[in-house]
Amino acid sequence: MTEITTHSGHRGLDMAEPLIFEQGASGRSGVDWPEVELRNSRIGAAARKRSIGLPGLSEPEAVRHYVRLSQKNYAIDLGLYPLGSCTMKHNPRLNEKVARLPGFADIHPLQPMSTVQGALEMIDTLASWLKGLTGFDSIAMSPAAGAHGELCGLMTIRAALEAMGNARERVLVPDSAHGTNPATAALCGYRIDAVPSNERGRIDKAALLEKLGPDVAAIMLTNPNTCGLFEEDIVEIAEAVHAAGAYFYCDGANFNALVGKVRPGDLGIDAMHLNLHKTFSTPHGGGGPGAGPVVMTAELGRFAPLPHVIKSDDGYTIVEHNAGEGDRATNHLGRMRSFHGQAGVFVRALTYILSHGSDGLRKISEDAVLNANYIAARLKDDLSVPYPGPYMHEVLFDDTFLNGTDVTTLDFAKAMIDEGYHPATIYFPLVVHGALLTEPTESESKQSLDQFIETLKALAADAKSGKAEMFKNAPVLTPVRRLDETRAARQPVLRWRPAALPEAAE
Amino acid sequence: MTDKKYSREHEWIKLEGEVATIGISNYAQEQMGDVVFVELPAVETTLEAGSEAAVVESVKAASEVYAPVSGEVIEINGELEENPGAVNEDAEGEGWFMKIQLDDLNELEQLMDAEAYAAYVASLD
Repeated sequence: MTEITTHSGHRGLDMAEPLIFEQGASGRSGVDWPEVELRNSRIGAAARKRSIGLPGLSEPEAVRHYVRLSQKNYAIDLGLYPLGSCTMKHNPRLNEKVARLPGFADIHPLQPMSTVQGALEMIDTLASWLKGLTGFDSIAMSPAAGAHGELCGLMTIRAALEAMGNARERVLVPDSAHGTNPATAALCGYRIDAVPSNERGRIDKAALLEKLGPDVAAIMLTNPNTCGLFEEDIVEIAEAVHAAGAYFYCDGANFNALVGKVRPGDLGIDAMHLNLHKTFSTPHGGGGPGAGPVVMTAELGRFAPLPHVIKSDDGYTIVEHNAGEGDRATNHLGRMRSFHGQAGVFVRALTYILSHGSDGLRKISEDAVLNANYIAARLKDDLSVPYPGPYMHEVLFDDTFLNGTDVTTLDFAKAMIDEGYHPATIYFPLVVHGALLTEPTESESKQSLDQFIETLKALAADAKSGKAEMFKNAPVLTPVRRLDETRAARQPVLRWRPAALPEAAE
Repeated sequence: MTDKKYSREHEWIKLEGEVATIGISNYAQEQMGDVVFVELPAVETTLEAGSEAAVVESVKAASEVYAPVSGEVIEINGELEENPGAVNEDAEGEGWFMKIQLDDLNELEQLMDAEAYAAYVASLD
């Protein structure tokens, strides 16, 4: 393909856009302030002696900069986002409307509790739903994201063990786990012991049972696991873990497959985080903060972090101190963050729950699983699947179908970009070679899935028919071409620095 | 024929006297892709066979490197800090990780020679 160049550097409606610090000029700004003459500056030695180098842009320049950047972004609002393990589902606009109601949007965490009873009721109602859907008695609402929730869960387990006089030493983590699992256990002072997967992509139960012992504090298991498969031995595993005096932590990142079908509390799990920004449709990452409430047994709940909301005859109250109130009388953890968590995310998640109802939530899980299995059924002969189904909410491909083509999973993912799709998750989980993990979620119609499937079929055919060069060059239709990820990791440039200024002539 | 030995975790080891040079095999670097960071143990660290000795981070994943034998680290390849790509360019030469003063020469008996390792690698694909 010949490179198309233009005089302006723009490519049609795709605008070339430099960094904001590389634009503008000193003295230009969006607002003209009158000159102020400072007579008695009280800043003293702290007064700045030189410019701090902020870019000078007019308001239209600043607006254009950010709109142009936003147009370079791929988003769930733009197209199918098959990023496995991330549950990139539609963020309903109703959620946004409710979150903008003044009673939620225009309040402050330091307001008197009597003036925010509605917001506290909202948190308590969401907490009740989350406990009900998962089958647990206790919940910590404050963790700010999934990994933060894991940390909360493991810290709570450690606190419970310490209260019994022995924090223990090891945490068992399957080799297919999210990287945050071992990272969390290490942060809590535990040694990680990896448990292998079996040839069916599930945890090797025999190997797990062999590793259990009196020094094991907990197991961290994801269900469905990162291969998109249900861990069928989970009840037996829970019994064995409890018999060894350890706790069972479940990574709830994939709960989207189970809502309304299985209550993890019934399986013998002791604690699990919920990614509200996955399962409960609140925005991800740059689109908004996450939230990772942790549901847990009443026994563990006594050690969970503060604050939490309780309901009494006088209305709702936030318990902020360990004063022997409620079910957290023996709290060991204190706080994990300021205030009570991401209230703006809570509103959106509760809106999603209430607008669908318990029957609707069950249907959502069914549709998410159906969509993933539809993709698997239609692509398993064009791509290659390492494990037989049935799949849950996502389907894992490996790179066997690329054998002998000189095309790698990375190249294949880059070619997806030229086709207008965000790439699938690649090289995760680590247990299969050249992993390509695809999660369509329930948001996609059959028409949308068919278009995606036909595109992947065509790409697989291209790879097998010797068009390796096309894959090596991809993406070619993007604002920037293939990025040198190796150099970016080896020689990272982490911040913009101004070019060296010429010496001022004095 | 090379005098190197190999572990099932894809480390190589080359013995000179009682000092063993250790790195990851060419097969391992191929599987990992471009290496972007290598974390080596401090000199004088005592390692037990099978314990974690180093961490290799590539564009795909971070992986532990296990000590194929027990002993004390007497030298590390500081060049890898500046140039982790040496592991890709010459995994079983310039891309060496560390030198260990061996505790027990008999531990080498457990490891594979080049021929056995090649057969082992072939069985993985």
